[in-house]
Amino acid sequence: MQVPKTIKLAENNKMPEQNAAYENRDKPVPRDYRLIGPEAAKAAQKGLVSATWYQSPISRKRMKELMQRRDGPALRDTAIWLLSMVVTGFGGYWFWGSWACVPFFFVYGLLYGTASNARWHEAGHGTAFKTRWMNDAVYQLSSFMFMFEPQVWRWSHARHHTDTIIVGRDPEIVEPRPPSLINMVLSLFRMPYALKTMGSVCRHAVGRMDEEEQTFIPESEWPKVVRDARIWLVIYGLVVGAALYLQSWLPLMFIGLPTLYGGWLSYLFGLTQHVGLAEDVLDHRSNCRTIYMNPVLRFMYLDMNYHLEHHMYPMVPFHALAQLHEEIRHDCPPPYTSLFEAFKEILPTIWKQRKDPTYFIRRPLPQRAEPTATARAEAESTPA
Amino acid sequence: MTDQWIDVCAVGEINEEDVIRFDHGQHTYAVYRSADSEFFATAGLCTHESIHLADGLVMEHVIECPKHNGRFDYRSGKALGAPVCVNLKTYQVRVEAGRVLLAITV
Repeated sequence: MQVPKTIKLAENNKMPEQNAAYENRDKPVPRDYRLIGPEAAKAAQKGLVSATWYQSPISRKRMKELMQRRDGPALRDTAIWLLSMVVTGFGGYWFWGSWACVPFFFVYGLLYGTASNARWHEAGHGTAFKTRWMNDAVYQLSSFMFMFEPQVWRWSHARHHTDTIIVGRDPEIVEPRPPSLINMVLSLFRMPYALKTMGSVCRHAVGRMDEEEQTFIPESEWPKVVRDARIWLVIYGLVVGAALYLQSWLPLMFIGLPTLYGGWLSYLFGLTQHVGLAEDVLDHRSNCRTIYMNPVLRFMYLDMNYHLEHHMYPMVPFHALAQLHEEIRHDCPPPYTSLFEAFKEILPTIWKQRKDPTYFIRRPLPQRAEPTATARAEAESTPA
Repeated sequence: MTDQWIDVCAVGEINEEDVIRFDHGQHTYAVYRSADSEFFATAGLCTHESIHLADGLVMEHVIECPKHNGRFDYRSGKALGAPVCVNLKTYQVRVEAGRVLLAITV
């Protein structure tokens, strides 16, 4: 039980006041993003594994207030979410066979294939509800909707929070550099991921874990992975069986396909979280984006637009993130004012990273903010 | 191997239903005060990823890790579910003359 070393702030490592870009003038070399490749050992050598991350100062009293759990906000949110799915799903069913069903399934798909991602995530953190079983129930339901195997992603996401955007350690880096534009377009419909997941569900159902999963899921949890995979296969089998029996796509329009036709907004949300920002830093102010969004988007995203705040203090529930944002904003880069503003930065960055995978955006810090912690720009400039 | 009682703090320095960090030598501990003003102590770092539990939230008799939602019953050290699988070590605590004392085996 050793006391971990405190990460020292790099005194001469002030971030710029405006967004700036880092470009490597040498010939760029792509990095290996696998968890079982050489980058994992390099991350450990650099002191980036399970390290202490910078946190903006906030009093213990205030943090305790912000961390308090409540059932009310998530009960209200879940009721609106599920009721909206019933209404739009009924509309889709009623108008099935005519073009009038399209807008209903459009909204149903977003609720099923995008809103489920945020609900899975919040319930997985145990912060959606105060009551534990409610978190667990919403976690299982929304994980299924979003096609995230619940046990695998519980552990994968824990690693993502331990080693956020640390190459060779984080299994949830959305766009490894250099990005593949074809893969990104297909990902709008979650095609690569859905195919991969169906393969892994079948593999888990027969009791096999792959090499990367073994690095972040303890062996004691593997039986749960197998159990859930088998339950999923039974459910999908019943839905496909119903479609065949009825000679209709309708059952699949309600279960399964909405993950594909309604997941595009979730993918766009996901791109805004970290894509184009620094890798291998120990400061969420440098690798996370906070974006102001309208109430409809915030409902779909369950306030994860405050993504920097969520990463810095993951146990603050979604309904308190806006308050946390106000507490620490003096110490953080300015938030993006809209999704549009974020993508004005992200898309050109992705385009440049196709040719130069070391290119990234440096987030600016206010003058009076604490300097960025152990920035690793030098590591990025000397890729393997 | 004997138990040595170490002075941690005054009783009033830990709020009800809260936790503080206590470092001694090369070790770190979490010292809790329940809503009934009973005192408990555990190892200070989460068994999952070595995060300081004293930054976490105390809910009834549960301490929740501030990083990954790992939860322990701080009275017994029992891990209450993923992502924590290994129990916390617990330590004896007593109150004497308004001071909280922690038993450390030396």
